Amino acid sequence: MDLNYSAEELAFRDEVREFLREELPTDLSDAVREGRSIGKEGHERWHSILNARGWLAPNWPRAYGGCAWNAVQRHIFEEECCRAHAPRIVPFGLTMLGPVLQKFGSDAQRDYFLPRILSGEHWWCQGYSEPGAGSDLASLRTRAVRDGDHYVVNGQKTWTTLGQYANWIFCLVRTDPDAKQQEGISFLLIDMDTPGIEVRPIILLDGTHEVNEVWFTDVRVPVENLVGEENQGWTYAKYLLTHERTNIAGVGFSQAGLDAVKRLARQQMHRGRPLAESPHFAARLAQVEIDLMAMATTNLRIISAAAAGQAPGVESSMLKVKGTEIRQEINDLARRAAGAYALPFASEALEGDNSNLAQPEGTSAVSAQYFNNRKLSIFGGSNEIQKNIIAKVKLGGRT
Amino acid sequence: MNFQLSEERQMMQDSLRRFLADRYSAAQRDESVSNAIGFAPQIWAQLADLGILGALLPEDVGGYGGKGFDLSTVFEELGRAGVVEPVLDTAVLCGTLLASDPQGKGAALIEGLIAGNVQLAFAHGEVNSRYERLWVETRASAYGDDIVLIGRKSVIVNAAGADHLIVSARESGDTDDREGLSLFLVDTKAEGLQMRSSALMAGGCAAEIDFDNLRIPSSARIGPAGGASEMIEAALAAAEVALAAETLGAMETATQLTMDYLGTRQQFGRPIGSFQALQHRVADMLIELEQARSAVINAAGHLEEQPAVRDRHIAAARNLIARAGRKIAEEAIQLHGGIAMTAEYELAHFAKRIILAEHRFGDADTQLERFIDLSAA
Ligand SMILES: Cc1cc2nc3c(=O)[nH]c(=O)nc-3n(C[C@H](O)[C@H](O)[C@H](O)COP(=O)(O)OP(=O)(O)OC[C@H]3O[C@@H](n4cnc5c(N)ncnc54)[C@H](O)[C@@H]3O)c2cc1C
Repeated sequence: MDLNYSAEELAFRDEVREFLREELPTDLSDAVREGRSIGKEGHERWHSILNARGWLAPNWPRAYGGCAWNAVQRHIFEEECCRAHAPRIVPFGLTMLGPVLQKFGSDAQRDYFLPRILSGEHWWCQGYSEPGAGSDLASLRTRAVRDGDHYVVNGQKTWTTLGQYANWIFCLVRTDPDAKQQEGISFLLIDMDTPGIEVRPIILLDGTHEVNEVWFTDVRVPVENLVGEENQGWTYAKYLLTHERTNIAGVGFSQAGLDAVKRLARQQMHRGRPLAESPHFAARLAQVEIDLMAMATTNLRIISAAAAGQAPGVESSMLKVKGTEIRQEINDLARRAAGAYALPFASEALEGDNSNLAQPEGTSAVSAQYFNNRKLSIFGGSNEIQKNIIAKVKLGGRT
Repeated sequence: MNFQLSEERQMMQDSLRRFLADRYSAAQRDESVSNAIGFAPQIWAQLADLGILGALLPEDVGGYGGKGFDLSTVFEELGRAGVVEPVLDTAVLCGTLLASDPQGKGAALIEGLIAGNVQLAFAHGEVNSRYERLWVETRASAYGDDIVLIGRKSVIVNAAGADHLIVSARESGDTDDREGLSLFLVDTKAEGLQMRSSALMAGGCAAEIDFDNLRIPSSARIGPAGGASEMIEAALAAAEVALAAETLGAMETATQLTMDYLGTRQQFGRPIGSFQALQHRVADMLIELEQARSAVINAAGHLEEQPAVRDRHIAAARNLIARAGRKIAEEAIQLHGGIAMTAEYELAHFAKRIILAEHRFGDADTQLERFIDLSAA
């Protein structure tokens, strides 16, 4: 047992820190720290800075322009990025689609798409969920019918994150309606400029536009945009989900969030003293910090097993549940700390403006973030679905 | 022992519920919210016509209610329908303050208030007051027959739509002294008053207000000079009973929406309400809801008691509602899944309402501290 990083790992961490100190633009880190949106341009700028350094694709093999970092290095990188308030890497092309193409794509697909993910020429979004297919994803109904050397796609996807910025969407579509649910699904790559695609905004409860509906009417997709084999899409989709679940614990986000709450609690006054000195608030803060300390170690245990080649099993589900609970608890503390300053609708603040009130530093986005992050326990496989998985695997055979 | 509403209150509840079911659709709420003053004047006029505003004030000032159970009956309905109109600020907070002026200076305003012609806001909270009830740094200094106000009030709900403010200011003493506090009636268009208003996350508006040597005649003082603490505490007590009941109403709707959705949403070939994991969560919501209902009854039933008893019950109710409310709002969202995250689906409004109620007059921890202090006394 040794809870410390090795000398090489520490050297790597210093390298990452120095890079962030020198290359991370302060307008972006300020926006991230204050919970403001950085817009399409902000994401693209940060991606291109990372790409210039060769660090945009931590999980890709070197052959495709990735870093080929192991799980510990990736963790260090993510942790340092969160600490420095770097924008998160938009995952759809880099962490989700990239690995699928590397494993199941054709040479032509790999050659064409992978470099364009890195360069930012293609902004991908994820077309999995449908109005009737959420947790029960395999019940999806968007149809793709073969017509010569095209598929003709009809149907609707929903909850498409940042679809308004995207020019490509990867979709699960039904190609065999007669087969068993999981066996009639294919994985298609669709250019969003194709006629028949319409993107409609969904405004979330905190006033932000981060998700969309995507409608398909007779959309013609060349057959060469089918990934792997027809009707094998479910296999690829599941493979993708295991990648979606890296950094599932969000330890870095929680640490950054906790630091922000501590700053706020030192500055906000309660009965004439800093709120941080209130025993009730201090107890809440301590409680979540204690949980986070243990969870961070669980995360490291799983990461170092993964670095040694062991595939995580139900542990990822456990980390998803605990990690999101902790992040949501931290958001709850932040809104508490803000007192009456949690009331204003500072959605403008998310887009770069401030509320009209002279909000004390760090308070303008707290309630928006609290409400927005209720999504954490809903998407990426809801926490209930994760618990079903844990119970099924661990109780399996006994009941 | 009798837990039935009186006949009059039952009638008031029925007519208000019917009116809101007919008139207060989600579209109406959106219209109210998007108004720059945070509410719809025509709804306000109709509430006045229904007698709702008068029901919140005592007979000796021209109302026909004003007791704890009048407040809880009305506000449970307002919360259930998600009404954003500033009944709490104008009628309960400011109405109670005006009604408690021993000299009856507010009589004309109260008449206008009950008729629906007056909007008011209580300019009390400040940057550093957090939830302290008597923490006032704003100063009031006498110059001959005039009073000059200097200071800043923050997050003052309904200020943008108000004709008058009731401003708390200190004529003597330290920031958190009981003695030395006075109340002044100030026209929102007065010179020396600067207001910046913002929309609120759960509907309505609040402003930050600067008083820069604002000059008013000393006749603008309501209540005793330097002795307004008890009036302030009584008005806040009434407002907290109202807010607790309003939150209860919103919790009922959130729970109802969740149960309906669980019965209709299909995943894996069956209604999601058939999953036992979710059934138990709904059962917990219903249990919390009954706790909340009783907490409101306890608070409303003690509003007319002496201050220490009154405030202890109110602190208890608001602490419980803060906890139960958070649980119900969060579970309602979670059990719905993604749909609950959209601004368009009605639950969003109720969830925000429930959570953000905790940010007025004291959150769960502050209420707990009050309860502990008052229990020791
Ligand atoms: C902000 C946001 C962004 C998103 N981004 C994307 C995106 O980019 N691309 C994409 O494809 N999708 C995206 N999603 C969709 C997300 O994956 C779904 O919301 C999620 O799968 C849940 O589906 P649902 O919302 O339809 O809820 P439902 O599946 O209807 O679930 C409702 C409730 O029932 C519970 N439940 C369902 N089945 C069971 C069961 N068997 N046992 C116990 N409980 C159960 C759920 O846990 C939940 O509490 C996003 C969602 C959100 C909110």
